[in-house]
Amino acid sequence: MEVLKIATAGSVDDGKSTLIGRILYDTKSLTTDKLEAIESKSKQLGYDYLDFSLATDGLVAEREQGITIDVAHIYFSTAKKSYIIADTPGHVEYTRNMVTGASTSQASIILIDARKGVIEQTNRHFFINNLLRIKDIVVAINKMDLVDYSEEIYNGIKADFEELMSKRDYQDQKITFIPVSALKGDNVVHKSEKMPWYKGEALLEHLEQLDKADIFNVGTPRFPVQYVIRPKTDEFHDFRGYAGKVYGGNLSVGDDVIVFPSKTRSKIKDIYFYDEKYETASRRSSVTITLEDDINVSRGDMIVKEGDIPTIDKQFTANVCWMDSNQLTPGAKYVVQHGVNKVLAKVDRINHKIHPDYSGIEKDVTGLGVNDIASVTFKLNKPIFYDQFKNHRTNGSFILIDTQSNSTVGAGFIQ
Amino acid sequence: MNKDTSHINSLENEAIYIIREVAAQFERPVLLFSGGKDSITLVRLAVKAFYPAKIPFPLMHIDTGHNFPETIEFRDRLVKELGLELIVRHVQDSIDEGKVKEESGKYSSRNQLQTTTLLDAIEEFKFDACIGGARRDEEKARAKERIFSVRDDFGQWDEKNQRPELFDMLNGQIELGQNVRVFPISNWTELDVWSYIEKENIEIPSIYFAHTRATFLRDGLIWSAEDDVVYREDDEEVVDRMVRFRTVGDMSCTAAVLSDATDIKTVVREIRESSISERGARIDDKRSEAAMEKRKQQGYF
Repeated sequence: MEVLKIATAGSVDDGKSTLIGRILYDTKSLTTDKLEAIESKSKQLGYDYLDFSLATDGLVAEREQGITIDVAHIYFSTAKKSYIIADTPGHVEYTRNMVTGASTSQASIILIDARKGVIEQTNRHFFINNLLRIKDIVVAINKMDLVDYSEEIYNGIKADFEELMSKRDYQDQKITFIPVSALKGDNVVHKSEKMPWYKGEALLEHLEQLDKADIFNVGTPRFPVQYVIRPKTDEFHDFRGYAGKVYGGNLSVGDDVIVFPSKTRSKIKDIYFYDEKYETASRRSSVTITLEDDINVSRGDMIVKEGDIPTIDKQFTANVCWMDSNQLTPGAKYVVQHGVNKVLAKVDRINHKIHPDYSGIEKDVTGLGVNDIASVTFKLNKPIFYDQFKNHRTNGSFILIDTQSNSTVGAGFIQ
Repeated sequence: MNKDTSHINSLENEAIYIIREVAAQFERPVLLFSGGKDSITLVRLAVKAFYPAKIPFPLMHIDTGHNFPETIEFRDRLVKELGLELIVRHVQDSIDEGKVKEESGKYSSRNQLQTTTLLDAIEEFKFDACIGGARRDEEKARAKERIFSVRDDFGQWDEKNQRPELFDMLNGQIELGQNVRVFPISNWTELDVWSYIEKENIEIPSIYFAHTRATFLRDGLIWSAEDDVVYREDDEEVVDRMVRFRTVGDMSCTAAVLSDATDIKTVVREIRESSISERGARIDDKRSEAAMEKRKQQGYF
């Protein structure tokens, strides 16, 4: 069975939680006791319908405010696929959560309120999904029941969104429009009879047929060493295994490899997964590799195939999404965590700020505030081995860690 | 050759990656072991993560004193077979030292009291990372938990000020006195855990399988009457029933479910068809809707 991770984005009151609750309800993923809890809570709040948003709004504070304020993960499955939904909030001040949710997702749902159409928030959601190069996007035009299921309104919103699409950077993104009513259940799991003019699939039908091969880009293999395994037992006296996760493409026994930063050459001797030996380690598998030669490899080093090496540099420029209330300023120092490798970095310059509503860029910027997105150049105290984000989702991304608070304060996509 | 073709394999790969990050990023990690199926699964994943070396950190059991005897037996055997170090700290000691007060009455449980014993043990051993078996599908507040979840000196969870977790990069940088709770099986569902136990042929305590047990009914839930841990009113009638347990936490707040599933295959089938969520059988989460979130803020697992 496949697993599909989906990020959701919408503004306050677009009905995102209701949509997810509806999917859970219609796929019979809500258990009896959870359904009972929703029924009694809906009644207590005086609603004459079931408030499905109660299925996902987890924290006390957000129940009090009636809004979702953090990333929540929801799980359900059909006969065909397992789904993980990263429910991310839509307000301006919580952009960081949306970036977070989208960073691990393969597909994304952008919600639009049919009564409001494309608003500034929609631009922002689309921008972020495009920046993170999410391959499949569903634009769910919700609350169709409140606009008499009007084809004209749907077409108008679609046209507005298509205008946005012309401004995008990542052109290969697949975008599908679906008119829905989460509250009434139209075109969510079941095809609606109220919109005969819509010839496409219901939302879940569409997600069911998304091709997994389409979702993951096959790139070049990168093997960042996470941990060195040295059992020092009689049986495995000279065993020196490099544990890590394979990114981008496959690695096989006998491959000629280069280890960075030492640039030492060797060959892959064995690939272990627990006590089994494999000929090939595929993308995203957590394996242990041994090399033919006895060379010095430690955590943070990277094993790559000969002839297919990353860029090695002590500086780079990246699109940064800033997530902290303290400003990022030129000259400031942060820890760059690039995969499992950590280096000290200094902000060399902020090249320009990018308005995520597609209204252009802003030069002469002195600092970045929370939720700002900007092109930033960093200088590092030692080289890292990277690829451009557009070529390698994993080896082209990093996080920024504040040296004082230790908190994760930003995410970056190397240009 | 391909370890990435199925859902369960990709969850396994992710969990192994997380466990290795813990060993690499922290000085003194520990695996919190309850004897339940989730922590048994964690031990299995940790064995796989470091093969052919041994798991490079100890296990720790916070013993409520209200364990099913089968669980303790199982725990000791597992630790012996794998040659692991086991630390046990007792809630009873915290009670005897006057640090916590035993609850009384019909719904009394030691589940809450575990927190104090746990925090004391973390301080005693200076653990900087505690690996736990919590899953995001268990409860709404858990759905927002990070994989690396930072706790302050008092073990508290600040749910509004969580570090964002991007891609699969795990930021384990902390200050002295802080510690991180790590949840490698965050993205697993109850069914995933059971499927994995079946696939890997992992041994689990017998109480997870259907057996005949003296029980009584309260609030629509089935309680064990075989030990005197669960408080029972005189008018609550004891009847032999064929039951199994879906979780093996504190006996005093873990209810049984009617079941004929005597082996892993039938358990998996039952779970697949089941309509009661796992925590529905744990009374302490029902106390109030926000029960879990409140306990988490106080430093619960």
